[in-house]
Amino acid sequence: MTAPTTERVAGVIGESTVRPDGVAKLSGNFAYGSDLWIDGMLWGATLRSPYAHARLEKLDITPAVTMSGVRAVLTQDDVPGRARFGQVEQDQPVLCDGVARYWGEPVAVVAADDEETARAAVAAIIVEWEPLEPVTDPDAARAAGEEYRAMVIRRGDESAAGSVVIEAEYETAIQDQAPLGPEAGLAVPDGEGGLDLHVTSQWVHIDHTQIVACLGLEPDAVRCHPVGIGGAFGAREDISVHIHVAMLALRTGRPVRIVYDRTESFAGHVKRHPARMRYRHEADDDGRLVKVIVDMVMDGGAYAHTSHAVLANAAFFTVGPYNCDNVAVDASVVRTNNPPAGAMRGFGAVQVCFAYESQMDRLAEALGLHPLEIRRRNALLPGDPMATSGQVVEGSLPTIGVIDLLESMPLPDDVIPDDPSLLPGGTGLTTPRGSVVRGVGYALGLKNLAFSEGFDDYSEVRLVLTSAGLEIHTAAIEVGQGLVTICLQIARSILGIENIAWVPADTSTIGSAGSTSASRQTQMTGGAVHEAAVKLRDHIAERFGDDAALEEITVDGPIEQWVRYRHPPTEEPDELGQGNPHAGFVVASHRAVVDVDPELGLVRIVRVDTVQDVGKALNPQAIVGQLEGGIAQGAGFAIMEELILEDGVILNPNFTDYLIPTILDAPDVESRLIEEPAHWGPFGAKGIGESPTISSTPAIVAAIRAATGRPLNRVPVRPQDIVGV
Amino acid sequence: MIVDFHLNGEERTATVVGWESLLTVLRDNLALAGSKNACEQGECGSCSVILDGDNVCSCLIMIGDCEGSTITTVEGVGAGDLLDPVQQAILDEGGVQCGFCTPGFVVTAAHLFANDPQPDEATIREAFSGNICRCTGYGALLRAFAGLAEDES
Repeated sequence: MTAPTTERVAGVIGESTVRPDGVAKLSGNFAYGSDLWIDGMLWGATLRSPYAHARLEKLDITPAVTMSGVRAVLTQDDVPGRARFGQVEQDQPVLCDGVARYWGEPVAVVAADDEETARAAVAAIIVEWEPLEPVTDPDAARAAGEEYRAMVIRRGDESAAGSVVIEAEYETAIQDQAPLGPEAGLAVPDGEGGLDLHVTSQWVHIDHTQIVACLGLEPDAVRCHPVGIGGAFGAREDISVHIHVAMLALRTGRPVRIVYDRTESFAGHVKRHPARMRYRHEADDDGRLVKVIVDMVMDGGAYAHTSHAVLANAAFFTVGPYNCDNVAVDASVVRTNNPPAGAMRGFGAVQVCFAYESQMDRLAEALGLHPLEIRRRNALLPGDPMATSGQVVEGSLPTIGVIDLLESMPLPDDVIPDDPSLLPGGTGLTTPRGSVVRGVGYALGLKNLAFSEGFDDYSEVRLVLTSAGLEIHTAAIEVGQGLVTICLQIARSILGIENIAWVPADTSTIGSAGSTSASRQTQMTGGAVHEAAVKLRDHIAERFGDDAALEEITVDGPIEQWVRYRHPPTEEPDELGQGNPHAGFVVASHRAVVDVDPELGLVRIVRVDTVQDVGKALNPQAIVGQLEGGIAQGAGFAIMEELILEDGVILNPNFTDYLIPTILDAPDVESRLIEEPAHWGPFGAKGIGESPTISSTPAIVAAIRAATGRPLNRVPVRPQDIVGV
Repeated sequence: MIVDFHLNGEERTATVVGWESLLTVLRDNLALAGSKNACEQGECGSCSVILDGDNVCSCLIMIGDCEGSTITTVEGVGAGDLLDPVQQAILDEGGVQCGFCTPGFVVTAAHLFANDPQPDEATIREAFSGNICRCTGYGALLRAFAGLAEDES
């Protein structure tokens, strides 16, 4: 399907074209959700549960309703339509239904003339709770049968045995996406009983389905519009302000805006699932995997969200990019009173990668092999069956390539630096240079591309050719990753038109583009743009020849080309997890170098080098930006990022206590790209948004293990884990 | 109360209660939404402005303390679409992704390079240690600033 490129214009594929929204973002003129403003709008605010589990004994809104400047106070009784929402299971009440099931669960919402009045009104609501015992242990929830989904994978012979056995239990804590832009929405009534909703989202169509059901409105009464997004990383796949702000606008008949503050943002979006994983690897004397047995439980928190799909990813990628003929996986994702979990960059593949890569290192150590050599001996390649599902790998998968190229990259000299700012802990601490030890660690990661398990995954695009140039109409969400840039590059490459405008479409004017997640938009919406542009080009060539000017082509008006692009179909697996659940795969390798102060337990990540399977580099600079940013998040998960819970309550919902890597923490990164074209998508490109996050974390932990000899079976690694207290 | 100050080269007046943050007044009273509200507790730097020569988080400054002050926000660095060299360098190196931290980086960069045209890498890292970026991993930003320092030498 790949079309020849027309290299007549600047900004085609393969160039590091700058982003078209860059100037607006640099000059402060880019409108984010939290910047939206209509004169005369009301301000919304939310009352939340202070407990992770409690019965609502009394809720008296009278003191708030009677305050000057308060225009509406709404509770669950005011939800006009379906009382609950959710992408897969509709299990979460729009507002508290009498029992709060997690800390920060919304109880009531207020609209008032200004922000201070709205927040004062929230504080004035009389609310009494009877605290209940929260379920916070996922193993206990599993034992009680509180499972959103349980999966069984059985492949090969469970009695097969290897000569080397490694058993260990691993744990990953809760990571937050912590996008800098807060959740925000502006709802504007249309005067006819419906409304326009401008809201921070990764997928406006899936929001729309849930919103209209809960509002009790016909689909065409609500139009969801994309707005400027300040980062996402999975945090915006589920409903936050959407239904609340719409209810307030419908009740008051006025525009209403809700913007979360930082603490509300921590309460108001799903987290990365924490996981406990019990692994048993058996290998032969040459280090080839004979059998892998895994039992895992993931904590889905109080409501389902996307837990079903996250668990599937964890289960199917539980062995990683390695061959193994005998595999048994039992995996559950459970309901607790901890914060709801859902999508975060890597989507289930992150947790298991930490476990399986730790296992591979231990096997290598037991056999006296280099960490890269044991990975090379087991590498999953095109034509091989996936260890879990048995699906034969179709398309490119340069697993050997990412190993060999990583191995060829030079290591830094092993001199511990003189500059105290470059020692673990930095200048504020007292690490003596002589006590610092250096370690090097490696990890590979595997991820599926786009949606899986038989989901009808598509993206719609409408191209409109006018005498001025081309318009790309789509509901696909740019979250900062560079989707707009590469779609413009794809269209330019095929049509040879320089002047191309990206037109964000609302839910009423075009069908779904699917979510900006699952490393899918480059291939899905990029694929849709590619297919539409090829059709448009062929249509023009047939009717006007090859050299017609735009004015001539559009003399009778604009020419439109709509497409709905799908990737190759996938299947639901059978009851033993066997089948073809995935549309394609991407592999990556990371090598981390760390300096550790073993007495204080402090770590400085010196550098992380990476080789990535990109299919085709549509915009090399944008790819490097994704890799460096993804590695920074993986580094955060390795040594600092963790939400701390006590009885289900988040103790650190702010940037003072939830630590994100700063410019002083972020490692230097050297990236190498392998271009082996994917079997679908534009020009063979693969989505690469997630793979840098997946295996950077275990590479860093492996490096700390190499430096200290500590087991480190939990991330993030804390100082006490290194010191051994 | 009424507060008068010099903002991005203009004399401005704000009618305020007095305890609002400078950030709130910029965004809500003066319609200058470029300064961002990512944490509003002085941790992330997305609201950075230059106040009487100092680079500060405007979320931590009370507007009542700004009488007579000289303030530069992101809107005052460069001239709209005509970018300042620090903005151009960030754009060219791919230092913008979601862009929510970008105004803070622009202001901090303008402040740094106005005071030290040739900062070394340690100085650059220290200068931006109060600006959190969640998207880029800082590599493109470091390359942009190192390039600017190189251009000056």
